[in-house]
Amino acid sequence: MKFRFLKDKFFKHLMFMCIVFSISIVFLMLFGLFIRSLPILQQKSFSDIFLSGTWHPLRGEFGFAPFIVGTLWVTVVAMVIAIPLCLLTAIYLSEYAHRRVTVFLKPFIDLLAGIPSVVYGIWGVLAVIPLIRDYIAPLFGVRSTGYGILAGGIVLGIMVFPIIIQICVEVFQSVPKELREASLALGATKWQTIKHSVLRKALPGILAAIVLGFSRAFGETMAVLMVVGNVPKIPKSIFDCAYPLPALIANNYGEMLSVPLYDSALMLASLILLLLVLIFNILARLILIRVERSTQ
Amino acid sequence: MDRRKIEEKIFLFLMRISAILIVLSLILILFTIIAKGLPSLNLAMITQTPKGGYYLGKEGGILNAIMGSLFLAGGATILSMLISLPVVIYLNIYAKKNSKLSEFIRFSFDVLWGIPSIVYGAFGFTIMLFFNLRASLLAGIIVVALLILPIMSRTIDEVMRMVPAGLIETSYALGATKLETAFKVVIKQTLPGIITAILIALGRGIGDAASVLFTAGFSDYIPNSLLKPAATLPLAIFFQLLTPIPEVQERAYASAFILTAIILIISIVSRIITNRFSKNLIK
Repeated sequence: MKFRFLKDKFFKHLMFMCIVFSISIVFLMLFGLFIRSLPILQQKSFSDIFLSGTWHPLRGEFGFAPFIVGTLWVTVVAMVIAIPLCLLTAIYLSEYAHRRVTVFLKPFIDLLAGIPSVVYGIWGVLAVIPLIRDYIAPLFGVRSTGYGILAGGIVLGIMVFPIIIQICVEVFQSVPKELREASLALGATKWQTIKHSVLRKALPGILAAIVLGFSRAFGETMAVLMVVGNVPKIPKSIFDCAYPLPALIANNYGEMLSVPLYDSALMLASLILLLLVLIFNILARLILIRVERSTQ
Repeated sequence: MDRRKIEEKIFLFLMRISAILIVLSLILILFTIIAKGLPSLNLAMITQTPKGGYYLGKEGGILNAIMGSLFLAGGATILSMLISLPVVIYLNIYAKKNSKLSEFIRFSFDVLWGIPSIVYGAFGFTIMLFFNLRASLLAGIIVVALLILPIMSRTIDEVMRMVPAGLIETSYALGATKLETAFKVVIKQTLPGIITAILIALGRGIGDAASVLFTAGFSDYIPNSLLKPAATLPLAIFFQLLTPIPEVQERAYASAFILTAIILIISIVSRIITNRFSKNLIK
């Protein structure tokens, strides 16, 4: 009899330890990466690392500017492609589509989320790169190998479809029915209701979805690495090659231990990535919690 | 017809187009992978390990990577299960519903979910340097387990939240402790959901490359011990694509087809399980 209760108590504490462990991973990550990036932070000035555009590990020059700019370019192109398509689809799925259409479309979106990033990369090489090289670049009078920011942006844009759509649909569904009915009762059409009432009410949630999509695109590695060209120069147009931060980390893990400060520089790159993604995620999740609360 | 009706028509048209485009992008991806991968696929690829000079176009297959990925993802899924199941049971049985604590825990797991896999890889690498470990199957398993931990926990959590409070209270009323209720009632009730979560996590584990790049290493042999380096399917695809030799690149497409097929099978099985077994549950 007593043993049962003891067992219950024991497992309760054990389970709580599992939670403490899981949550502490974030702090362990921050701490571990910070310790590893200390050497470069101590030896180089802030402007040497973040504002300089020269990347010569062998000469001890580690300028992150091309990589940070490259990451931003690729991510912004991806978002420009993804945001309108995802918003329209999410409105369609939650407001207009018949239940049968929604049930039919859901597996497609889930599957899109489940495809490994390497497969996206291969698809980029096989389909997107020839498309840019043979059709899109000549259209703008540019000679391009196809590899570059636009290719990375297209592939990444498709990769973030599922996360943005799923969150937007949830947000739209959390908008109270009364709000729609009030607007419809005043004689507004369905679209006017969506435009003036639903979208306004859902705006914070939509922003959160976009931020989450942005941060997903920001940290995506393999697919981008395979199509973006990887040239450490500050890009000037979307047909230029870029070298995003995650690609830099993934591409150089092999040689980083043989060059002084190199590993420290790459760990600093990971730390920057982690910090930015954490900020984006915390902001977006806080907004979503508030959205959820306001409807309960 | 007045202007607002026309505006609605235009936007409805745009919405349908975007939905079609999104479905089309998936179909296009699958079609490209099948059309390019299937012709270069042969039996040797999935039954043999690489012979000498495989990456220069010589004989062999990628059995080492297929098995490596299955071991790695399987091990990681089991390990992550051992942590996430207690987490979710605590959240849903022991913690007060909608308390500040449980809200904070869910929030933390959502944030963990957003951390890119390359950061998990780099973190795993710092740990390995700290303990002076070399790249091995075990290191890969640990890092991938951490990577899929939030996915698994939050997916199971979503199912467990749906268990009717009445069912749990009935169990308490019969004198069961919380632990007994968790294992004899709640887990049984949510089993299809748990299996789906396991399969989703397994799929993520098999498909992820960036986290194992630093930690699992690469090898031409099927790993026979936890401390040996292990090849993984995504990395095998990546390395084959990097070679300048066309035949080896063809093999990268075939390998991508194999990976996609594995992911598709896992996703279909999980869908069948959800549909078939959720009928017997008490709602």
